[in-house]
Parts: sequence; C-alpha cells; structure tokens
Amino acid sequence: MTSEAYLLCILGMGLVTYIPRWLPLFCLSDRRLPLWLVEWLTYVPACILSALIFPSIVIDPETGGVDFLQPAFLVAIPTFLFALKTRSLGGTVIVGMALFWLADKFL
Amino acid sequence: MKMTTDSTATGVYLPRAFAAAWPICLGYLAIGLAFGVLARQAGFAVYQIALMSLVVFAGSAQFIAVSMISAGASVLSVIATTFMVNLRHILMSSSLTLHLRGERKSMLSLFAYGVTDESFAVNLGKFSEGTWSLKHALVVNHVANFFWVMSTILGGYAGSFIPEGAFGIDYALTAMFLCLLVFQLKGRLYVFVSAVAGVLSVIFFLAIPGNSYVILSSVLAATTGVVIKSCYLHKKRTSGEP
Repeated sequence: MTSEAYLLCILGMGLVTYIPRWLPLFCLSDRRLPLWLVEWLTYVPACILSALIFPSIVIDPETGGVDFLQPAFLVAIPTFLFALKTRSLGGTVIVGMALFWLADKFL
Repeated sequence: MKMTTDSTATGVYLPRAFAAAWPICLGYLAIGLAFGVLARQAGFAVYQIALMSLVVFAGSAQFIAVSMISAGASVLSVIATTFMVNLRHILMSSSLTLHLRGERKSMLSLFAYGVTDESFAVNLGKFSEGTWSLKHALVVNHVANFFWVMSTILGGYAGSFIPEGAFGIDYALTAMFLCLLVFQLKGRLYVFVSAVAGVLSVIFFLAIPGNSYVILSSVLAATTGVVIKSCYLHKKRTSGEP
C-alpha cells in the first residue's frame, strides 16, 4: 500500500468508525423514545459487557475451542466475586491483574 | 455567584474524571504497546501508527487492519471490515443517549469520537450512579484517547524492550469489564439477560466468522429481557394483582 492509499484507508476507517458512534447521539438525544426502546436500551449495557467478556475468558485463543480450565476463566471467578463484594473498580482491576499474573506463573 | 459554583465544580470534576479513567488507561497501555509492536514489525512507520490511532481510535479494528494491510488487502476491504467490526458502537451510543438528553449537538459530536467499549462502560456506570455529566464523560474519553495514542507510539518505538504480559496487565480490561458488569446487574432480570448474552456470544463467536458476535448476542439478549418483562407485566395485569 502506498502512503497515499494508506492515508485514504485510515480516513475511511475513521469515518466508518465515527458514524455508528455519532448517529444515535446526534439523532436520538433530543427525541422522546418509546418506553419499550428505553427499556430495551437499559438491558444493552449488561448484555454488551457479557458479550465482550465471555468469549475472551472461555475460548482458548490457541485452539479456538471452549476451555473452562484456562487461567483467564479461572481468574475471572474470584475477580467477579471480589467485584460483587467490594464494588470497587480499581480494586477489582488490581486483584484481577495480580491473580492472572500469578496464575500465568504457577498454573 | 454562578461563576464561583462553576469554578468549584470544575475544580472537582477533573480529579473525579481522571479517577474514573485510570483503569481504562492501564488496559490501553497493554493493548496499545502490543499494537505498536505488531504494526512496527509489519513495517508501518511510527507516524503512520500514531495517525491511525488518532483517526480511528478502535483497538480490535486497528489490529485487524494492520494484518489485512500487510497481507495486501485493498483499501475498500479494510474500510468495510472496520465498519463491520465497529458497528457495535451504535448500541453503546444509543444507550448513552438515555443519559444525555438535550445536550448540545456539537458537544455530543465531540463526545461520539471517544465512544469505545471501555469508555462506554465506565461512563455508563457513572451515569447510572447519577453524579456524572457530559463534561466528566468527555474528560474520560479524551484521557483514554490520549493514552491510546501514546501507548501505540511507545509500542512502535520501544515495545520490544518491554516484557510481554508483565504484572498481568493483559488482564486489566477483562477485570474492569467484570466489575462494570457487576454494576449493571441491577436485578434478577439483568442477571438473566446478561447470562443469555454471555452464552449466545460464545456460540456466535464459534459459529460466525468475524466480530458480529457482540452485536448479535446483545440485541437478542436485550430483546429477551423486554419480552420477559412484558409477559410478566401482562400476566400480573390479567390475574388482577396490584
């Protein structure tokens, strides 16, 4: 890829990334949404977070199959419980990292 | 009088926004370094890496783009793939609008630039607590963006000197997402829909090539939630309970 093509490429990438981020904020923020849509949207964050987390802790990146015994999954359990108990974001990040680091060393 | 309140508020909101942003920054440092190293090895110049991070600001799409470009893909196919990978943000921006009623369109347009998986999750959690504003959220987005760009540059220059996976930093974002998920579990139905989303996301991840699993599983699971709630309300109404 020439450097002109590369520039064109990242400008295009930027545009198609920006539009889905921008369109709902620009069009929906001053409109009254139907109740069912508001309710639907209140479930979306929990769903997105689950959908981001699960494949990343359950699927083994090397084999591409489901593996419940890998460190990423095993560490997720105490990390989740810690979050549930303390509700501390910073603490959870530190605990998660520490456990993952240890698991990677010893498991 | 108004000015005093405003300047006090400004004095307070920056530290609070920074405090909310640091877990994102930690995670971006890990991913940004990895991205910088990879792109540098694939033959990209550091200024090209920085430019992509600044213009696109999307982790997974940037990794995919680098591997596609170095495999000789066309400009159009890279852009089309990026669009598919980043379409999920439409859901995040939509649910953020619930907390950004009547804000200025210019500010919202600036805010939109920084809506990532991570900034979305942190800002939404804070908005649900009720003490967050667009100003706070903008700081979170731009601090995160600054860290992202800087980390990819650092990775491009010196990444190969930093040991991989040091201090479990690769797990920072997973741990952050786990805690933010806990914040979102506001009732039994929320637990149920997020479990549905989790199971579906793994199935779709395995069954469908590409990155559509996030958006597909989230849409289906959230819809399940609305359906269950309306069935429950309907039953309650017809059985004449208060």
